Amino acid sequence: MKSLRGTWAIGWNTFTELVRMKVFYFLLIFALLIIGNSAFVAKFSFQEQFQMLKDISLGAMAVFTSLLAILATANFLPKDMEDRTIYTILAKSVPRFSYLLGKLIGILLLLGLAILLMTGLFLAVLWLREHWVLAETRAQLAGAPAEEVALAVREVTAATFNANLVPGIVIIFVKAALLASLTLFISTFSTSGIFAILMAVAVYFIGHLQATAREFWLAGVDIQWWTRVLAAVVALIFPDLQAFNLTDDVIAGVAVPTGLFLQTMALGGLYVAVYFFLAAIAFAGREL
Amino acid sequence: MIARRLGVFGLLVLCGAALLPLQIRIQREAAAAHFRKTDLNLDLRERVGQMGFLAALSGFRSPLAAFLWIEAHTAWENTEWGRMAGIFDTVTTLQPRSLLYWDMAAWHMAWNASVAAMQDEKQPSEALRIRAQRQYFELGKELLERGIRNNPDRYQLYLQLGVLLRDKFEDHCGAADAFLMASSFPDAPPYCRRFAGYEMAKCPGREREAYDLLRELYLQGESQRLPTLVNVLTEMEKKLDIPESERVEQKP
Repeated sequence: MKSLRGTWAIGWNTFTELVRMKVFYFLLIFALLIIGNSAFVAKFSFQEQFQMLKDISLGAMAVFTSLLAILATANFLPKDMEDRTIYTILAKSVPRFSYLLGKLIGILLLLGLAILLMTGLFLAVLWLREHWVLAETRAQLAGAPAEEVALAVREVTAATFNANLVPGIVIIFVKAALLASLTLFISTFSTSGIFAILMAVAVYFIGHLQATAREFWLAGVDIQWWTRVLAAVVALIFPDLQAFNLTDDVIAGVAVPTGLFLQTMALGGLYVAVYFFLAAIAFAGREL
Repeated sequence: MIARRLGVFGLLVLCGAALLPLQIRIQREAAAAHFRKTDLNLDLRERVGQMGFLAALSGFRSPLAAFLWIEAHTAWENTEWGRMAGIFDTVTTLQPRSLLYWDMAAWHMAWNASVAAMQDEKQPSEALRIRAQRQYFELGKELLERGIRNNPDRYQLYLQLGVLLRDKFEDHCGAADAFLMASSFPDAPPYCRRFAGYEMAKCPGREREAYDLLRELYLQGESQRLPTLVNVLTEMEKKLDIPESERVEQKP
């Protein structure tokens, strides 16, 4: 119980520390991006406007949360060692495992809040645009039969918010959580924050090709043995980040099957757990 | 220290192997649900450039497609039809599940570009203008057919293909099939089936089928008894020599 309280205290402290670092200024850029985009695409048809608003907003959410996950996590250990706060914490009989878990909880809280704020902003802009287009449509169809107006209104509302967007946004958070856990793992054996960031970014790109390497390895096509070994190494070491790219299809209006969504969530959860435990093992043996 | 690091590496490989079945299952389910259909190949790499390809690889296909769509709009304002066709090809490759992109791209090609080609003052030969117009019709049709191959689970593009075949190709048999296909989806609007009936009525050899379909719609009730349906059905009755007693709107 005491250990849990200690872990939570570290987590909360990490979260408040990150908030104080004014990382939420990125929200201003996000707001500018989606409001600016919203104004810029006014000349397009309403279907195009909403499609683009969703494209840009969800794409920006994915970029910002991924960047936040990597950049914020990579600096935890090097910074705490530089400030010597890590020695104070670990000297107070806080297990290294609890320390790392607290750090992970802190970044997950930050990512969750960031996603919530961005989603709120995105939905507010979407709602405002919807009402603006609806008012315009009603004005254009003034005097038209009620059935025709109802059909036009239905078309507008169908093009705006749909429940399919929710699983897409949740998956963005899961992917960011995975990246945070992965970066935490990398930072346990890295010597500097920059090294951890570079490694995490490299893993990010390679992770998106993992599925291709896995297929190449398992397909049994006629390739040289060393190529197959290389593909196997990529498939086994790197996470399958392509599995978390459901947003592109969600934006296109496709509903994510519940089974696929739950399995993707489970995969994300397993990756977070695996990287965290590997980080804990590596950190346990690290000389401080 | 080295032994511990090797141990961690070994565990990483083991965990990777343990997660493989789940990854494969997700990939199969995603493919079955028509997710992630984008073919990220060298052709796309050439079209979107290195940074664009990197963005597409990193899971930012949709924002990239949105930016390219804005570029296509600028090309439209400058009536650069060829450039538009190229951008549409890229956008639809990046976002093959977006019906809007397929639909709008096909509409731009088959309706706007084709009209522009026909009114091209720089081309004095009418034969060549007609040829260019037909090429744009074909381009629109190809886009819709490719769109359907990527979205076989949604009715909208079948409906648009039907409209294109009806209005631009005057291919009533093909249009009837497309409308009929669209109407087979549970969420398709009721007019898809009516359109299928109207087009079937113009398709030589399928008059009986058209009559049966239109009669079935007529018998569904007032909501289907639109003036066009009643007119086409009456025409079919005359054409097929349906006995007076079996006709839907009997003379008093």
